[in-house]
Amino acid sequence: MAATTLAPPPAAEDTFLDSNELVLNMGPQHPSTHGVLRVILKLDGERVLGADCVIGYLHRGVEKIAENRTYQQFAPYVDRMDYVAAVSNGLGYCMAVEKLLDVEIPPRAQAVRVILTEVNRIASHLLWLGTHALDIGAITPVFLCFREREEALKIFENYCGARLTTHAFRIGGLQYETYDRFEEDCLAFCDLMEEKVKEYHALLTGNRIWVKRTKGVGILNAEDCKNYGVTGPLLRAAGVEWDLRKAQPYSGYDKYDFDVPTAESGDTFDRYIVRMQEMGQSCRIIRQAVGAIPEGPIKGKVGKVIKPPPGEAYVSIEAPKGELGYYVVSDGSLNPYRVRVRPPSFVNLGALDKMCRGTLVADVVAIIGTIDIVLGEVDR
Amino acid sequence: MANLIKTFLLTDLLKGLWTTFKNQAPSKVVTEQYPLVRPPVAERYRGAPRLNNHPETQETLCISCNLCALACPEQLIVVTSERNKVTKRKDLTTFTYDVSRCMFCGLCEDACPVDALELTQDFEMATYTREGQIWDRQMLEEGPLPSQYTH
Repeated sequence: MAATTLAPPPAAEDTFLDSNELVLNMGPQHPSTHGVLRVILKLDGERVLGADCVIGYLHRGVEKIAENRTYQQFAPYVDRMDYVAAVSNGLGYCMAVEKLLDVEIPPRAQAVRVILTEVNRIASHLLWLGTHALDIGAITPVFLCFREREEALKIFENYCGARLTTHAFRIGGLQYETYDRFEEDCLAFCDLMEEKVKEYHALLTGNRIWVKRTKGVGILNAEDCKNYGVTGPLLRAAGVEWDLRKAQPYSGYDKYDFDVPTAESGDTFDRYIVRMQEMGQSCRIIRQAVGAIPEGPIKGKVGKVIKPPPGEAYVSIEAPKGELGYYVVSDGSLNPYRVRVRPPSFVNLGALDKMCRGTLVADVVAIIGTIDIVLGEVDR
Repeated sequence: MANLIKTFLLTDLLKGLWTTFKNQAPSKVVTEQYPLVRPPVAERYRGAPRLNNHPETQETLCISCNLCALACPEQLIVVTSERNKVTKRKDLTTFTYDVSRCMFCGLCEDACPVDALELTQDFEMATYTREGQIWDRQMLEEGPLPSQYTH
């Protein structure tokens, strides 16, 4: 069925002496596909001639659920899309509805939102690093990464009472005031991370096996990135300095001083370096934000019943995996008329075929890992 | 030349191995010995629901306003009440909470105007039947009994 979308088979004279062509299913139960992704590979021996993704094994109809829920009621569901970065999802959805309502968010709420989103970015990158390294064959990083990720999840648990599907933000601001040791915990987490990133570098960056497995693998240059709509660390690793936090600042990101890490060649190693540097930049943002949390209310002027005027709003934020967009249409009733999500991993996964062609089967594992997909978000 | 020596001496690999080795006997052990030791959860942890009683009179705090049932995205709360002829208030008769469908988002807790419904720090809610997941008023007021483990 899906194999029809692959490149047409070569002419008969080309395949006369070459009977090595093979169509192979990778997944949906393959551990390196990070969930339930099925990749149909067309192989010539070990070499990949084409790859075709079959998605939908984790489809839960989140966008349709939104049409039967009120605006507040839908907020917990967005956490279940990219469950590794639930806080970013919540931020994007809340900002889209706030744009519909045209409400002002108090500066205190904005600062806390930035801190939690950046902690979540580090937590997401830690999970990516651990599993990506595990796929390629390095076992130690996954244990170290989960150890540090625990500290990030403890911040979420203390702040809002949940570790993974946080439901941290509400439309109009925040529900919870920061807890007593919030600032100290965040700063301690930054200290910890800045030290531990060095440890990860010692484990991987110079390691000859890691370099051989990642350098020059899965190259996606800037032109292809733009053609495929690829965003996030993949785009930045190709040398395009595009970060929505800088390009169209939201939630007060223009107040913080940070760099957008980029790299040159757009291969797997560069994407690894970019994400490692992003963790450091996130620490920088957290430090600045924690030092200057303004006093004041945590919720804007939003009523108990949210009933936006008819209209539509699109808000996109820089999630850990790329541009995360929420398009919300209101018909003036209590429920959204339509919610459409632009998930970064889904769009980035589209470039898998382009990146896989000509590589080896073992590199496909590295490439899936480097795209950093979460199937909950791809399938929604 | 220096690179060649480094390649032969395996410095890059030894550096990684040393990092692994340094973590062999960690000063801070993060592994939790559950169920021998139950982990402490955060104060704001959203766990098993509870319907609070007044600490002195032991009467329910719930005023049967039905706001929690309206706030719930999964519509898993059912509140019934009857009008008290004397006080003209609504008296709670039954309160049903389907924990099996709950995603612990905390919206019901936020909606409650009198802090009667609360998500507590209890997290051991497993049952052998699906019906056991549907909690009635008595279960909500008493809370889940802590599991006894036999070793």
